[in-house]
Amino acid sequence: MDATVAEGNFLPAHDENERSKALRRFRLGDRVFKIVTLASAMAVLALLAGVIISLIHGSIPTWQAFGFDFFTSQSWNPVKDKFGALPAIYGTLLTSFIAMLIGVPVSLGIAIFLTEICPQSLRRTISIAIELLAGIPSIIYGIWGLFIFAPWFQTTIQPFLIDTFANVPVLNQLFAGPPYGIGMLTAGLILAVMVLPFIASITREVFETVPPVLKEAAYGVGCTRWEVMKRVVIPYTRVGIIGGVMLGLGRALGETMAVTFVIGNAHRIVPSVLAPGTTISASIANEFTEAVGDVYTSSLIALGLILFFITFVVLAAARLMLMRIERKAGK
Amino acid sequence: MALNSTNALYARRRWRNKIATMLSIGAAGFGLTWLVLILLVLVVKGVGGLSPSVFTEMTPPPGGAGGLLNPIIGSLMLTVLAVAFGTPLGILAGTYMAEYGRYAKLTEVVRFINDILLSAPSIVVGLFVYEIMVAQMGHFSAWAGAVALAIIVIPVVVRTTEDMLLLVPNTLREASAALGVPQWLVIRHVAYRAARAGIITGVLLAIARITGETAPLLFTALNNQFFSWDLNAPMASLPVVIFQFALSPYDDWQQLAWTGALLITVAVLGLSILARVLSSKKVLS
Repeated sequence: MDATVAEGNFLPAHDENERSKALRRFRLGDRVFKIVTLASAMAVLALLAGVIISLIHGSIPTWQAFGFDFFTSQSWNPVKDKFGALPAIYGTLLTSFIAMLIGVPVSLGIAIFLTEICPQSLRRTISIAIELLAGIPSIIYGIWGLFIFAPWFQTTIQPFLIDTFANVPVLNQLFAGPPYGIGMLTAGLILAVMVLPFIASITREVFETVPPVLKEAAYGVGCTRWEVMKRVVIPYTRVGIIGGVMLGLGRALGETMAVTFVIGNAHRIVPSVLAPGTTISASIANEFTEAVGDVYTSSLIALGLILFFITFVVLAAARLMLMRIERKAGK
Repeated sequence: MALNSTNALYARRRWRNKIATMLSIGAAGFGLTWLVLILLVLVVKGVGGLSPSVFTEMTPPPGGAGGLLNPIIGSLMLTVLAVAFGTPLGILAGTYMAEYGRYAKLTEVVRFINDILLSAPSIVVGLFVYEIMVAQMGHFSAWAGAVALAIIVIPVVVRTTEDMLLLVPNTLREASAALGVPQWLVIRHVAYRAARAGIITGVLLAIARITGETAPLLFTALNNQFFSWDLNAPMASLPVVIFQFALSPYDDWQQLAWTGALLITVAVLGLSILARVLSSKKVLS
C-alpha cells in the first residue's frame, strides 16, 4: 500500500493546480494501462491467427503441386518429390484410437476408484500423485517406450498375439507378424499410458461436481455403489466426461515425442497394427530438419496444418462441453 | 415366491456391484502400476549415470564419455528467455480479462482461444516459429527456440492470472476505489498483491511445462554439440539432446539420455510441487 500512499503525497490539497495535474496523470495512466492490457489480450488472438496464416502460407507449394490428391495419396517419396498425407493421417488416427480404447476405460476406473471406493486417507495423496504424473514430459514416455516397453512387448505380447490369432480370420490380418517391438500398437499403448493421468484427473474433478445430495438420495433408496455411479453420477457428468476424453484425445493426436521414439517412421498403410507406421507429428519431427527442397518442406508444413485443424476441432468441442458442465456446476 | 425373486434380484444387484467395484479397482491398480513402473525405471536407469562429470563436462562426441553441461545451461537460458518474453504478455492479457473486460464479449473469445492454444500440439508451434523466424533469418537460433517456448508459456500464464484475479474479492477493489485510487493503481497495488501467490504459481507451472518440451525446439534452437552463449546460433537443450542420444547406437550416449531424462523429471516434479505448495497457501495473506 505504501506506493499508493506515496502517490497520495502528490496531492497537496492547498494547490488546485497541482491537484488537477495529478488527476490528469491518473486518468492518463488508466487509459495507457487499459490499452496495454487490451493489446495483450488481442495478441493471444493474433497468435492463433498467426499460426494458421503461417501454416497456410508455408503449405502453398504443396497444394499447388498435388491439390486434393495430397489427402488421398499414399506415396511419400522425397527422391521423386511425390508426397501424400494419407499414411500419416491414418497413423495419427489409429494410434489415438488405440490410446483411447485402452486409456478411457482405465482412467474412468481410476476416477471412480478415487471418488467412491478409495479410503478417505489415501484419496488426496493418490489424486495429487496423478495430477503430478500428468505433468511428466512426453519425452520420458518415449524413452521408456523405446528401451523398456518395446523390447519386452516384442518378446512376450506380440508373439503371443500373432500365434493366438494366426487362424482367426480378420484378426490374423490385424496381428500379422513379424514382431518388431516398435510399431502402431506400441505407440498407441504408450499414448494410452500417457493420457491416463490426464483424463483421470479431469474426470475425477468432473465427478466431484455432482451434488452430494443427489448421491445420498440414491444411496438412501437403497442403490448399490455401482448403481449410483451408473444412474446418477455418470449421467449427471456425461458432458464433462466426454469433454475430458476429447481433451485427452486432442493431446494424443498432437503428441510428438512419445510417438516418434516407437512408431518406426514408415509411410505406408498396412492392415497389421504390429507393423511400423508414422503419424503426422512423428513425420514432422523426424524429417523436417533433413527435408531438402521446397515441396518436401512444404508438404511437412501441410501435414502440420492438417494436424492443427484436426486438433482444433477436437479441442474446441472439448472446451465447449467442459464449459457446459462448469456452468451447470456454477448454478 | 415373491420373497425368493426379490432375493434373487438383490443378489444379482450385489453381484453386479461387486464386479464393477473389482473392475474399477483393477483399472486403478493397472494404470497406477504402469505410471509407477515408468518412474522407477527412470530413477534406476538415471541414477546409475549420475556423476559430477554430468554437470561439468560437455556433451561427448560419438562413442566418447562426457556430460550434459552445455544442454543444461542451454535449457536454463532458453527457459529464462521464454519466461521473460511470455510472462509479461500473459499477465497483462489475463489482467484485461479479469479486470477491464470482465464482462466483455472479447474476454469470452480470448478465453476460448487461449484454452485451445493451451493444449494445441507443440510441434505446430515449432513449425510456426520456423516459418516466421528461422526461414526469414536463414539459420536456426536460440532466439527462435526461446520464442517458441514463450508461445507455450503465454496461454498457461493467461489462464492462471485470470483465474487468480477473479478470486480477489471485489470489496478490496471497491474499498480502494472509494479512496479515489484510479483503476490501474487498484489493479497494481491491490489486485496483483492479493493474487501474487497465484500468479507466481502460474509462472512456475509454465516453467514446468516448457522444461520437457522437445518438439518446438527441434527446428528452432536445433542442437549444438558445443558450449555457446551466442543467442544467434543454435543452442543445445536437454530434451533435444535426450532425443538425439536416446536414438543413437552408443551406450554412453544412451546412458546420458537416461540421466538427462531423470534430471528433467526431477525438475518438472519439483516445480509442480513448489507450485502446489504456493497455491495451497491462502490467496490473501
